[in-house]
Amino acid sequence: MGSYLGNTEEVQKEMLSEIGYDSFDALFSHIPQEVKVKELNLPSGLSEMEALDKMEELADKNKIFKHIFRGAGAYNHYVPAIVGSVVNREEFLTAYTPYQAEISQGILQSIFEYQTMICELTGMAVSNASVYDGATAAAEAVAMCRERKRNVAFVSETVNPQVLTVIKTYCYGNGIQVEVIPEKDGVTDQEALKAALKEDSACFYMQQPNYYGNIEDADVLGEITHEAGAKYIMGCNPIALAVLKTPAECGADVAVGEGQPLGMELSFGGPYLGFMASTEKMMRKLPGRIVGETVDKEGKRAYVLTLQAREQHIRREKASSNICSNEALCALTASVYMAAMGEAGMKQAANLCLSKAHYLQGELKKAGLKPKYDQPYFHEFVTTSDVKADVILEALEQKGILGGLPLNEYEILWCATEKNTKEEMDQVASIVKEVCQG
Amino acid sequence: MKLIFEKGNKGNQCSILPECDVPQVEISTPKREKPLHLPQLSENELSRHYTELAKEVHGVNNGFYPLGSCTMKYNPKVNEEAAAQKGFTRIHPLQPEHTVQGCMEVLKTSEKLLCEITGMDAMTFQPAAGAHGEFTGLLLIKAYHDSRNDKKRTKIIVPDSAHGTNPASAAMAGFTVVSVPSREDGCVDLDKLREVAGEDTAGLMLTNPNTVGLFDKNILEITSIIHEAGGLAYYDGANLNAVMGVVRPGDMGFDVVHINLHKTFSTPHGCGGPGSGPVGCKSFLQEFLPGRQVAGTEELSFKVPEKSIGSVRTFYGNFLVVVKALTYVLMLGKEGIPAASKNAVLNANYMMEKLKDIYPMAYDETCMHEFVMTLEKLEHEIGVSAMDIAKALLDYGIHPPTMYFPLIVHEALMVEPTETESRETLDEVIAVFREIYEKAKANPEALHEAPVTTYIRRPDEVQAARKPVLRYEF
Repeated sequence: MGSYLGNTEEVQKEMLSEIGYDSFDALFSHIPQEVKVKELNLPSGLSEMEALDKMEELADKNKIFKHIFRGAGAYNHYVPAIVGSVVNREEFLTAYTPYQAEISQGILQSIFEYQTMICELTGMAVSNASVYDGATAAAEAVAMCRERKRNVAFVSETVNPQVLTVIKTYCYGNGIQVEVIPEKDGVTDQEALKAALKEDSACFYMQQPNYYGNIEDADVLGEITHEAGAKYIMGCNPIALAVLKTPAECGADVAVGEGQPLGMELSFGGPYLGFMASTEKMMRKLPGRIVGETVDKEGKRAYVLTLQAREQHIRREKASSNICSNEALCALTASVYMAAMGEAGMKQAANLCLSKAHYLQGELKKAGLKPKYDQPYFHEFVTTSDVKADVILEALEQKGILGGLPLNEYEILWCATEKNTKEEMDQVASIVKEVCQG
Repeated sequence: MKLIFEKGNKGNQCSILPECDVPQVEISTPKREKPLHLPQLSENELSRHYTELAKEVHGVNNGFYPLGSCTMKYNPKVNEEAAAQKGFTRIHPLQPEHTVQGCMEVLKTSEKLLCEITGMDAMTFQPAAGAHGEFTGLLLIKAYHDSRNDKKRTKIIVPDSAHGTNPASAAMAGFTVVSVPSREDGCVDLDKLREVAGEDTAGLMLTNPNTVGLFDKNILEITSIIHEAGGLAYYDGANLNAVMGVVRPGDMGFDVVHINLHKTFSTPHGCGGPGSGPVGCKSFLQEFLPGRQVAGTEELSFKVPEKSIGSVRTFYGNFLVVVKALTYVLMLGKEGIPAASKNAVLNANYMMEKLKDIYPMAYDETCMHEFVMTLEKLEHEIGVSAMDIAKALLDYGIHPPTMYFPLIVHEALMVEPTETESRETLDEVIAVFREIYEKAKANPEALHEAPVTTYIRRPDEVQAARKPVLRYEF
C-alpha cells in the first residue's frame, strides 16, 4: 500500500506509550463502540507505480481531439509554456489562503496584480481575488444586486444555458425571482427588456458575446436597465474584452466571466476561474477575498487580505457570500497568461479568434451550411442546414475533428480560436461539403 | 518587491502566437477605447518575477504547517502527474459521451470509494470548495422538504462553535440560522438542542470531531433528536481527516455530507483553491443532486437526477482535483486510509501532551486530529497574546496555527499537525514552542515585535481596510 506517514510503526508505538496509551485502540477508546467501523470496503492500496498506471489507463480511455471547433463555455486556446512552469511551483501549489501576510507576500502581491489586470481588462474599479467559475460569478453578481424592494433578476435568453441554470439554482436558495428576457434574431430582445423591467427589478444579466457568439448591443441594454433603476451585469469572454468595448464603457455595475480562456486547459470542465469586478460603489458587496495594499510597521509596502468585514468568518450569516476557498491558483494562471501575452498578445489572440471564425463561417457557407443569424459575432456562430447535425459531426469525428456543439437536430454552434489553422478549417469545410452533397 | 507593472520596458513582449493565416477581419462593433495596460516583459524577466514571488510564499514543503482545520498534509507528487496527463487536460467537457469514458470512470470510481469512506449512497462533484458543498447540501435538504410540501421547515441549527461558512451557507440557501450554544467541553448541549429542534427545523449542520478537536460522544443521540423533529442532519467534512476508517458520517446518522478533497484527500490548496467539495447523500436524496450523474456499468452515460436542484457550477466541478484525490485513495486503499487518520490523531495528542504543562489546553482530554490551546492566562498575566505567539513562530520558519478560532475559546490557537509529519519534526516544533514561551516570560516586549526575520513586519490592516488600495494605478 502507499503511505505518506511521517512515523514508522515502531515510532508510533513509542509515541503512544510516551503519552500514556498502550495502543491505537486505547487512543480511540473514547469513541463509542456502536459507531465504529470494522473495515472499509475499499481495494487494497497500490504502489505509486501501480496507481499511476491505473490513472494512465483511465486517461487513455478518453479521446483527445487534435482539432477542436467546439466552445460553448470552454475554449481551446494556446497556453504559453511559462504558465505551467510558474503555477506548478510547489510554493504556489501547496500553500493555504494567505492568512499570514508576513510569509505570504508573494501570493498576496500576485493576487493584487491579478486584480489590477482584471480591472484593466474590464475597465471596472475593483476586482475580487476570484470565485469558482463564470457561472457562479454570475450567480453571485445577481445576489449582490438585490435590494430590499428589488427582488427580481432578469436574465437574457441568449446567455449560456448552464449559466442560467446556475443562476436559477442559487436563486432557489436565496429567494430572488428569476425571469428570462427572450431572444430576437440571435440577440436580446430590447423591447421585451424595456417592457419587463419594473420598480422591483434588481438587475439584468447578459452575456457578451452571447451564447450564439453574437455581439450584443451592450450600451443600449445598459441604458434600458439603468432607466428602470436596476443594476447591469455583464458576463464577458476575457479574450474578447481585449478588443470589445469594456463593461465599464458600456455602463456595467458588475462585470463577471469565465476566466478559463486565460491560460487554463479544457480539463473536462475544471479547475476554471470566475472573475468578478464592480464599480467602486458596489465594492463592499463583492463576495470573496480581496487583497489590498498597505504598509508594515516600518512603513514598507505590504499586501494583506482586506475588507474582511464582508466575509463569512467575520459576518457569519450576514456575510455577502459563504465563499472561503476560491480559485487562487487559477487566478495566478490568468495573471501569468496575461503578463506573457501583454496588451499586444491579448489583442492578437482576439483578432486571430475573430478572423478565423469569420473564415470558417465563410468556408462552411460555401460547403452548404447556412449561418443562422445575421449579427456581428466574435469567435462563435450558429449554422443550420438540411443535413442532420449528428451526421456532419460524426463525419468530422472520424477524421479526428471535434466539430461544433449540436444545439438541436439541425443547428450547430461552431467556435474557432487562434489554435485552428487555415489548413484545418479547409479540411472541415471539405468534409462538411462531402456530407452535404452526399 | 517591485510589482510586475513596475518592471520591464515599453514594447517588450514574449513571442507566443503566429501570424494570421486567413484574411484579417476588423471588429465591426464599437471597440474598447481604454488602453489595456498589461506587463511588458521578456520571458526571462517574467520568469524571475514569479520566482521572486514564490520565495515569499510558505508552502507545505517550506516547513511545518499546523494550520488547524485546514489539514495541511503533504501533497504527493504522483497526484500532480496523474492530473497532468493530456488524456485529462485536453478533454473538452462537451465531447460526446463515448469519447470521455475515462473521465466518467474517474467520477464513478471516486463516487464509489468516497461514498464507502463516508457511508453515503451517491455523490456529486460539482461543488468547487467546502463552502460550496455546504450550500449544495443545504439545497438538497431544502428540495427534500419542498418535495414533501413541508414548507414550514425554514431553520437550520448551527452550533456556536461552527466555522463561519456554516451560517453563511445556510443564509445563502434561504434558511434562518438558529445558533445553539455548546457545553463547556465544546460538545453539543443536548437539552438546548431539544429546545430548539421542532417542526420548523429543516436540519442541523455539524462537524464531528467538532471544531475544538473533540469527538462528540452523543452523536447518535444528536442526529436522532434532529430526525425525530423531522429535520435532516448535515455533516461538515472539514474534520474528516480524524476519523477515516474509524467512523463514517453515514453510520452516525448523517443524511448529507460534504468533504474537502483539498484537505483530507491531499490535493493541494493552491494558495486558496482550486479545491473540491463533493457532496454525498443517502439514497433518498439522490434524486435531488445537481448536474449529471454517471450511470451504467460497461458503456457509461450521464443522467440528470429526476428532481435535480439544477446546477451549482458548470460541467462536473473541478475535475482535475477529483483525479488527484482518486489517485490518493487508490494508493492508500483500505489499509492506508485509516492509517492516515490514526497517525494524524497520534501526532496531535503527542504534541498536546508535550505542550500542555506550559500552554493551557482549552479541553483537557484526548483530542482527535487537532487541539486548541487557550492563551487567555498568558495574555492576562504578561500581555502576550495568541497573535504574538503565532507571529513569533514565523521567525522559526513555522506556519502559525489557526488563530482566534473557534470563537468560543478565548485567545485560541488551533494546532493540526497532520499525519505526514514525523516525530522528529514534532519534537523540533515542540522545542520551538517551549523556547517562545520562555522568551515571552523573559521579555514580552520582544514578542510584540515578532516577526523580525520575514520579508515584511506586521502589516497595518486597519489602514488597508480604511483606505482601500485594491489595484495598481498606471
